[in-house]
Formats: sequence, structure tokens, C-alpha cells
Amino acid sequence: MLTDTILFYIFALLVLGGAVLTITRHSAMHAAISLIVSLLGVAGLYLMQQAEFLFAVQIILYVGGIMLLFLFVIMLVNLDQAAKQRQFNKQWLVALVAVSAVGAQVAYFIRAGRDSFHFAAPLVAGTPAGLGNTEQIADALFGEYLLPFEIASVLLLVAVVGSVVMAKKRI
Amino acid sequence: MHPITTVHYLALSAALLLIGTVGVLTRRNIVIILMSIELILNAVNINLIAFSHALQNVNGQVFAIFVIVDAVAEAAVGLGILIALFRNKETVQADEIDLLKW
Repeated sequence: MLTDTILFYIFALLVLGGAVLTITRHSAMHAAISLIVSLLGVAGLYLMQQAEFLFAVQIILYVGGIMLLFLFVIMLVNLDQAAKQRQFNKQWLVALVAVSAVGAQVAYFIRAGRDSFHFAAPLVAGTPAGLGNTEQIADALFGEYLLPFEIASVLLLVAVVGSVVMAKKRI
Repeated sequence: MHPITTVHYLALSAALLLIGTVGVLTRRNIVIILMSIELILNAVNINLIAFSHALQNVNGQVFAIFVIVDAVAEAAVGLGILIALFRNKETVQADEIDLLKW
């Protein structure tokens, strides 16, 4: 139990520290590397909650796929000029005030509803014992969620075609 | 030390969401705005996984997979648009891209 607590705080520190560095660094490359730290912390949190499949997906897809895409674009687009200019826009004060208002509301609701989050007995409904995490996800994904799964594949196809059309000079 | 409960994960997720929102609202560099959107989507995923674990129900993890699929599609299209914009306007600052007049 103590190990869990310590690990949670280590991963939370990685997540939040990486996130703060991501939005404050001048250089986009430094921001991308901080974002990788943050995403790895999120992957650790998945592992702590017995979501092993999502842990693997997070590392392979986010760190290996999306961040690679970001790094490619940062190197393709010349950002040296942008790093020397002003980093924050003129509305940053208004934005901070608005975000703190939302944050105060969220903090109030989490605090007020704290007691309702203690789930007395874990509901082990419907899942046969002995099935691994990946098998359970596969059962749900290819059974109950088959139509959304197929729609997601169409969405990815549209995204691939769309990004090629956007990035190409002439079709 | 208190044991870690769902509330801890909710608080962490809310904090990450707010940091991402600050990034989207205040930064000028479009690449970093896109990265902040990834932070927001990760906050959503932490929330889904926390409830999935607390209720011992795998549906939350399936939804997290769909959120990741959306994040991939959004990043691909967003970065494609960014490359097209940079080719035409030679800038990546969000407030210098003011093609629409009002």
C-alpha cells in the first residue's frame, strides 16, 4: 500500500511537471521532450490501475507515434525564429483568470463529492474470472463496441487522406 | 500517508486538464497548442481509467482507446494543416494567422 502511494506521487510529479514544462518552454523541441516525460508518467498511472493493455498502447502509440510526428514537424518547420519571439499572447491574463475560475469550480465539486467516490465493494459483474486485461478489452471491443470500432477505422482513414492532402504541395 | 483513492486520480486529472487549457489559451506557437490538446486528452483518459478501475468495468478502457484514436487523427490532420499554413504564411504564431477579416 505504501509503495502504491509513493509510486502514485512519483508518477503524478512526472505528469504535472512535464505538463508545466510543456506549456512554459520557449523552444518547441524542449516542450516536446517534456511532453514525452508527461506521457510516460500517464503510462505509469495506467499500469498502477491494472490497465496493462493501455499502458502498452500509450507508450507505443503516444510516445512512439504521435510524438515522433510532432518531432518531425518541429524539425521540418523552422521554429528558431518563433522561439525568439514573444511566447504568450495578449489575452494571457484573461485566460488565467478564466481557467482559475473553472479550476475553483472543479476543486469544489471534487471536494464536495469526495465521499461518493468510495466504492464499497468492487462490482465484479459479468467478467469471468481468469481473463486477462487484454482479453477483457478485446471481448468488449469486438462485441459490444464493434460498430464504434469500425467507425474509428474509417475516421483514421479520413485522417490519413486528409493529412496527405493538406501537407502535399500539389495533388 | 493516506492510501490512493479514486479522488486522487480525479484531482490529478483535473490539474492536468487545467494546465492543458492554460497552454491552449495563452501560447502563440501552434505546435505547442497542439501539444496542450494532447495533455487535455490525456487528462480525460486518466479519469476514464480511474473509474474503470474503481468500478472493475472494462468499458472505460475501451473508451480510452477511442479517445487515443481521436488524438491520433487530430494530431495528424492538425500537423498537416500546420505544414500547409507554414508554406503559405511563413509563420507558426497563432495570432499572426488572421486571414479572416471582421
